Amino acid sequence: MINSARFANQNDPLRIEAKEICVDYNGTVALYDASLNLGSGCICGLVGMNGAGKSTLFKALMGFVRPSRGTICINGVSVRRAQKDQAVAYVPQNEGVDCSFPVSVWDVVMMGRYGSMNLLRMPRESDRQAVFHALERVELVELQERPISALSGGQRKRAFLARAIAQRASVLLLDEPFAGVDVRTEKLMSDLFLQFKNEGRTILISTHDLSHVRDFCDLVVLINKTVLAYGETSKVFTQENIINTFGGMPPNLLSGPTTTEGYR
Amino acid sequence: MMIDVCIFSTSLNFLLDPLSHEFMRRALMVSALVGGVCGLLSCYLTLKGWALMGDAVSHAVMPGVVVAYALGLPFSIGAFVFGVGSVALIGFVKQKSRIKEDTVIGLVFTGFFALGIVLVSKIKSNIDLMHILFGSPLGISVSDVRHTLAISAIVVSLLFIFRRDLMLYCFDPTHAQSIGINTIFLHYLLLSVLSLSAVVGLQTVGIILVVAMLITPGATAYLLTDRFDRMTFLAILSSSLSSVIGVYISFWFDIETGGSIVLVQTFLFLIAFLFAPRYGIFKVRKSPS
Repeated sequence: MINSARFANQNDPLRIEAKEICVDYNGTVALYDASLNLGSGCICGLVGMNGAGKSTLFKALMGFVRPSRGTICINGVSVRRAQKDQAVAYVPQNEGVDCSFPVSVWDVVMMGRYGSMNLLRMPRESDRQAVFHALERVELVELQERPISALSGGQRKRAFLARAIAQRASVLLLDEPFAGVDVRTEKLMSDLFLQFKNEGRTILISTHDLSHVRDFCDLVVLINKTVLAYGETSKVFTQENIINTFGGMPPNLLSGPTTTEGYR
Repeated sequence: MMIDVCIFSTSLNFLLDPLSHEFMRRALMVSALVGGVCGLLSCYLTLKGWALMGDAVSHAVMPGVVVAYALGLPFSIGAFVFGVGSVALIGFVKQKSRIKEDTVIGLVFTGFFALGIVLVSKIKSNIDLMHILFGSPLGISVSDVRHTLAISAIVVSLLFIFRRDLMLYCFDPTHAQSIGINTIFLHYLLLSVLSLSAVVGLQTVGIILVVAMLITPGATAYLLTDRFDRMTFLAILSSSLSSVIGVYISFWFDIETGGSIVLVQTFLFLIAFLFAPRYGIFKVRKSPS
């Protein structure tokens, strides 16, 4: 059993390997003993209440907070090294960025290439091709000259996805990707996620929207200050586990978003 | 026809006469340069939302300037130490107390500013408080010009080398950090550049109004375009132009130079605010979609 696990590791290095990590902010514990192993090529939902540590886990994976205990490896190397390798891309919530910033769609996607450029960030031909290719995949080529302030919510989301594609990240962290997007973008995104999976990328989707977890995610991580359970959606995503995750509050599974803030 | 020529030559004289004075040539050159430098920086400050920080740092450099003067050091060193020091102090007080950030900023910079005023009155020297507070481009000395040129060169080259990183830092610091860009370095770089610009700005419009140089051109340009590179160009242009026009107006009507430069900047902002093609109150062009 142990041998076969090691064998699997060698052939297929884990994209995300978190071992018993603890994160605290000036003494306030945000995560404890959280362990998580995700191989390459999977779509994984990250489900938990507000304040359950979803964004803390993201921050730890991106190297913004250093765990006080435990270790994190991305593609078998340290988080710091993974940053330099452009391995991790974060796709922000729409509210997370200044939408009136004077940049075009092309500029935003080009930002995905900055880490691979020289100090002056002068784009080479290969960078332009990567940007163009990424724009093609999210169907934004015609809008490449548009300022991001003139985009719809769904188009903006696609622009940031294109940035992650241009970055050639192997691990994608998405924050509420389905919030406020149109039907076309939702279809396009779910197709893209499947393609990413087949390309061996690992996608971690932080969401309140439980219906999307059922539809898109082959794995699910349930989190409430620690990883309560994770594994195949069909096995882990049970009514009982979900109630545990949401602190005893059974969320409405059909109508998606749950509001549990009042019961924290 | 004759009258036309007459008017033309009179207005030409109006523009050229001041240039026969050495001090006017110097003032125009320095003001235009300082305007350009501050205009470039103002793009980052307005986009980052650092107007209050700009105000704080520009006031906090005051004691640094006085101490540097008393010790015979270049202004910029004192300004740099106190500018960055004030921001470090703001961060420290914010972290260690329950007071909100804007209150801490106001508290620290007025404290530093008061210290500067007290020091000026105590250190008997030929620093003129009025020159520091209100600027005196018409009375700028040759060594001041050299000094301003040197600092401007440093500021402009830093902003040029890191222009993409700084833009990304203002737009999406999370992404910047996640691809391994050192955002703490960029934060302090922007602060250092701000402190240095406050010193050069101080020469032309004085400490009280230098914050106008550091935000108004950026705000004006922001209303005129949706492209970052165009925004920096327009900010530099409007800022330098305001400086030149301001110095002329000050010469013709014998009014305070700093005030007149900032008034011209404010006037340009007002025009953009009212008539900017897409974002003005009276939109000339309809926005797409």
